[in-house]
Amino acid sequence: MSLSEYFELLFTDYTLRTITLGTAVLGAICGMLGSFAVLRKQSLLGDAISHAALPGIAIAFLITGTKDANVLLLGALVSGLIGTFWIRGMTTKTHLKSDTALGLVLSLFFGFGMLLLTFIQKQPNANQAGLDKYLFGQAATLVEKDVQLMVIVTGVCLFVLLLFWKEFKMLLFDADYTMTLGFNTKFIDILITFFIVLAIVLGLQTVGVVLMSAMLLAPAAAARQWTNSLGIMVFLAAIFGAFSGVLGTAISASQNNLSTGPVIVLVAAVFVLVSFIFSPGRGLLFRELRFRRNRRDLQLKKTLQFMYGIAKTHENISHPHAIRILNNFQGFTKTSLRALEEKEWIELDKQLWSMTDKGFDAAQDLYNQQANND
Amino acid sequence: MIDRKLAVSVDDLTVAYNYKPVLWDIDLQIPEGVLMAIVGPNGAGKSTLIKAILGIIKPIAGSIAIYNKPYKKQRKLVAYVPQKGSVDWDFPTTALDVVMMGTYGSLGWIKRPGQKEKKASLEALEKVGMLSFKNRQISQLSGGQQQRVFLARALVQDASIYFMDEPFQGVDATTEIAIINILKELRKAGKTVIVVHHDLQTVPEYFDWVTFLNVKKIATGPVKDIFNDDNLTKTYGINYKVAVNK
Repeated sequence: MSLSEYFELLFTDYTLRTITLGTAVLGAICGMLGSFAVLRKQSLLGDAISHAALPGIAIAFLITGTKDANVLLLGALVSGLIGTFWIRGMTTKTHLKSDTALGLVLSLFFGFGMLLLTFIQKQPNANQAGLDKYLFGQAATLVEKDVQLMVIVTGVCLFVLLLFWKEFKMLLFDADYTMTLGFNTKFIDILITFFIVLAIVLGLQTVGVVLMSAMLLAPAAAARQWTNSLGIMVFLAAIFGAFSGVLGTAISASQNNLSTGPVIVLVAAVFVLVSFIFSPGRGLLFRELRFRRNRRDLQLKKTLQFMYGIAKTHENISHPHAIRILNNFQGFTKTSLRALEEKEWIELDKQLWSMTDKGFDAAQDLYNQQANND
Repeated sequence: MIDRKLAVSVDDLTVAYNYKPVLWDIDLQIPEGVLMAIVGPNGAGKSTLIKAILGIIKPIAGSIAIYNKPYKKQRKLVAYVPQKGSVDWDFPTTALDVVMMGTYGSLGWIKRPGQKEKKASLEALEKVGMLSFKNRQISQLSGGQQQRVFLARALVQDASIYFMDEPFQGVDATTEIAIINILKELRKAGKTVIVVHHDLQTVPEYFDWVTFLNVKKIATGPVKDIFNDDNLTKTYGINYKVAVNK
C-alpha cells in the first residue's frame, strides 16, 4: 500500500479510520498537556509516569484476568498516579532533587512491572499473551470504544484548560506569586498533573510505556520555537501532535505495517528538528542568517563612515581618493567595496574611489541615527 | 508615632529548614505608611521573613497579622514583588500579560480579565515607564525592565502594603532611581512599603524605617534613630562605620 492508497482507504476502511482518528486525538491531547510539562521544566515527569504505569497494567490483569483495555488502563492510571505522588513526596519531604526522584520512581516501577509481566507469562493460562504490547504500543488494537474514550477525555481536558486558563498560566510562570493572590496552588498543580497522567495512560495502548514521553514533549518543544504566546504554543503543539499521529499511522500502514508507535514518535521528532532549524524567531538557520547580515551591514557602515570622514573635508564630495588610504583602517575588503558600489554609494575607478551624493546622504543618515540612539 | 496604626504585626515567628532555624522568634511591628528596609547579611532570613509573612513558607511557630486580622482575610491589601530571578523569563508571554496577572487576585477563580483590568495594567506600565514595551516578549527585556514589569504587576493590585524582595538587584542607576521614586510616591499616598535591601549606603537616603535582621531581629525603628554603628556591628559582626558613615 502506498501513501496515496492509504489516504484513499482512509475514507472507506473502517479500521484504518478508527486508528488514524485515535492517533490524531492522542497526539492532540499529548501536545496540549505536554506544553505545560515542558514549561514547568517537568519534561522527564512524563517518562517517569509512563513507566510507573506498567505495574498497574500487570496487576489489573492479575486481579481481573481480562485483557479489556479500559480495565488495564484503569490499573495504569492508578499506578501512574501513585508514582507521581511518590515523586512529589520525595522532592518535598526529603533532600532528594527532582531528577533523582524521577529516576528512582521510573526504574523502580518499571522493574516491578517487568517482573510481573514475566511472572504472568509463566502462568499456565492461554489468556496471558499480548500484555507486552503495552511496552511499545500497538495502534492496530485500537477499536472504536478506545477512540471514543480518547475523544471524551480530550474534550474534558480542553474544557478544564479553557476554564482554568488564567490560573494555569500564572502558576506556570510564578507559583509563589499565585499563592500570595489567594489561589490554591496545590489544587491547580494537582489538576494539571492529573490530566498529564491521564493523557499518558491513554497513549500507552498506542505508543507504549517506553516512548510515551516523546509524544508529550516533542510537539510542545517544536511549538515553542514558533511562538511567544502560551495560547498559540498550546494550540500549535496540539496540531503538531495530531499531525504526527496521522502521518505516523499513514507511514506505518503504507510501509508493510511498521510498528506505529515508533513511527509516530519519529515523525514528531522531525517536527522538532524542522522547528529548531527553520523557525523564524528562534531557529538556528535564521539566527545565523541574521548574525551574518548584521556583521556584513556593520562592516559596510564602518567603511562608509570612514569614507564619509574623508569625503566631507573636501568641497567636492565626489573628489576621488586612493583606495590605499583605506589601508590603515581594518573594516574594508574587496567585497565590501564592491557592495558599496552596488548600492551606488561610491564609484570605483581602478585604484581610486569617490563618494556619490547618495552615499554621502546615507552616511549622514547613519551619523544622525547614532546621535539619536545616544 | 504612638497613634500610628500597625500595618503588619509579627509575633514569635520561627522558621526552620530541616531543623536549622532560619528565623528565630521574630517580633516585628511595622507602622502604617513607612518605607522600610530589611537589611542583614546573606542567609539572615530576609527573603524568608517576607515569604513567611505572605504564607509562601510555613512557619514552625508564630502568627502574622495584617491590620490586626489574619493574613488570609487581608490578602487583597497586600502586594508582592518576588526576586526577579525566581521566575523563568523565557516563558512565552508579553510584558502586558505579566502585569495583568496583578489583577487576577481581585478577579478570583475562572473569571477572565476584561477591558477594565487591561486599562489598569496599561496605566501601571506607564507609571514604571514601560508602556512602549507592552507587547514585548519578556525574554527580550533587560534586567531593569523585567524588574519594572514586576513592580507594575504589584502596582496594579492597588494594595495597601507592598513587600519587595531585592527590587534593586542587578538594575542600573536609572532604573534604581525610577523605582525608588515610585516607592516614595507610594509612601506619600499612605501605603506601607517593605523592601529587602542590600546596599547599606543608600539606606538613609531611600528609607525612613529600617529592620536589622540576622536570624534574630536585631533592631527595628526609624532610620535616624537606629541606623547606627552599634546595630550594624551587631548585625554584620564587623565594623561598618567606615563603609557607611564616611
